[in-house]
Amino acid sequence: MLPIEVRDVSLEYDTPAGRVQGVKGASFGMQASEFLCIVGPSGCGKSTLLNIIAGFLTPTSGEIRIGGKAVNGHGMDRGVVFQDFAQLFPWRTALGNVTFGLEMKGVPKAEREEIARKQLALVKLEKFMDAYPHHLSGGMQQRVAIARALAYDPAVLLMDEPFAALDAMTRDDMQRLLADVWHKTRKTVIYVTHNVAEAVYLADRVIVMTPHPGQVKAEIPIDLPRPRDPLSVEFLDTQKRLLSHLGGTAIPAAA
Amino acid sequence: MTTQDVVTSSSAAGLPARHTPAGDVWWRALTRNLYPFVVVAALWELVARLGLFPARLFPSLEVVFAAFWRLTVSGILPHHAAETVFRLLAGFGIAAVVGVLIGIAMGRSRRAEDIFLPLVSIGAPIPGLAYAPLFLLWFGLGNFSAILLVGFVSAFPIIFNAWTGVKAVKEIWVRSAQAMGADQRKLFRYVILPGALPYILTGLRLGLAQAWRVLVAVEMLAAVPWGLGWMIFGAREFLNTDVMLSGIAVIAVIGLALEKLVFQRIETYTVVRWGMVTA
Ligand SMILES: Nc1ncnc2c1ncn2[C@@H]1O[C@H](COP(=O)(O)OP(=O)(O)OP(=O)(O)O)[C@@H](O)[C@H]1O
Ligand SMILES: [Mg+2]
Repeated sequence: MLPIEVRDVSLEYDTPAGRVQGVKGASFGMQASEFLCIVGPSGCGKSTLLNIIAGFLTPTSGEIRIGGKAVNGHGMDRGVVFQDFAQLFPWRTALGNVTFGLEMKGVPKAEREEIARKQLALVKLEKFMDAYPHHLSGGMQQRVAIARALAYDPAVLLMDEPFAALDAMTRDDMQRLLADVWHKTRKTVIYVTHNVAEAVYLADRVIVMTPHPGQVKAEIPIDLPRPRDPLSVEFLDTQKRLLSHLGGTAIPAAA
Repeated sequence: MTTQDVVTSSSAAGLPARHTPAGDVWWRALTRNLYPFVVVAALWELVARLGLFPARLFPSLEVVFAAFWRLTVSGILPHHAAETVFRLLAGFGIAAVVGVLIGIAMGRSRRAEDIFLPLVSIGAPIPGLAYAPLFLLWFGLGNFSAILLVGFVSAFPIIFNAWTGVKAVKEIWVRSAQAMGADQRKLFRYVILPGALPYILTGLRLGLAQAWRVLVAVEMLAAVPWGLGWMIFGAREFLNTDVMLSGIAVIAVIGLALEKLVFQRIETYTVVRWGMVTA
């Protein structure tokens, strides 16, 4: 729903061992309601870039604009699903986690629980509504995190390998669900993955990053009609094309 | 006194279900709590019967129980205990509120950390009782000094742990909450406070233990007319060992009750249930 512009963004981490380049000169633009995937080998700076766009890290140089306005810190226009399982609040049940954003917005209790129940049902966790995160598996926690990010309806969704920990079948379900939600809500989505098939299934466009220090290496539009069939010849062709850009550094689709 | 012994009896930790009948659990809890009393009583009785000390200095349990009973029905012991508990709760209550606030401020703001950390680091290792003469000089003999000293001394572990707890709040929780629109005030209430709770509770426990120690001691010095410490100390002059022992037993029971009925319960309903303190 909001266009995004990333202009020449670089970031260096200061560590006791010296400065570490996180991302180097990343630039790309996104139209409103576009689904963009970022793929690249481990450690190339995907999470760093996403955290910069989310506003949690300030780039050493460069600028991000969302809906024309320069990003300066975090904001409710962006929902975030992190790579880390520990992102849920352990002191809140699954339902309590999902209602959090709505609670911050001041939505009345009955209404926010209604919305949260629906979101949990979407990720197939309605039975675990009252469970605390430590009683959920990693994949289940990740699904709660997705429901949580969707519940308060941000215009932009930033997702960092949210399905990496799921089994293949659940992952297929979740990918279909996400494609569906995106189709209905027309959110602008940036989705980090190193699963090539996942990128081809979900994205309008894929950005391939080089190994560390991460730079944008290629931009590949995926213009397959939706809903996409992962077994079709075109799908597999696109996947091969994408893999060739990665230069064999990516984990193959079957992983 | 550590967080470890809290978790063992809790079913909230989500251990694989074992078929222990409820009565069994209850029985174990009872024996666990009674056991130290039984052992101490048995050893005591043994030494008393062997006659290693004069009976006057080392009375048998029967005599101690008689004294305990006499003091209880006459209302003397309950009065002493009530005064002590009042001072304990007043002092500890002040320390809990002020200590948690200072600790959290130190964890949240560099400025507060720079100001308080050196002070707290210097003050903490000094034994609480060493401050007693100063407090008595400044604030006079009596309740006020005692409560203030208890509060001051027990604040140190509370501050330290609250500070550590805030530092241990995961950045990703803060980020998640901020992304969902939590402002500073809400962040504090809904994320920092529950996130730091395991440490805060540990600090409160340690603080309470400190409060006990210094309180019983300062009651001996502060010339307060009532209080268990005073009772024990006063009984020494007349060689009333039975009275002293009754006082010590009451202190143990109150301490155990606070630990089991208050702290363990709070932990079971919060940090243990949330899986933040592992079994
Ligand atoms: N907090 C940090 N402090 C210092 N260096 C960091 C930090 N986070 C990441 N880095 C460094 O920045 C680089 C990029 O890390 P990043 O987490 O963005 O990679 P990634 O592409 O998300 O990898 P993965 O696919 O494994 O999640 C890495 O070389 C890493 O060593
Ligand atoms: Mg990453």
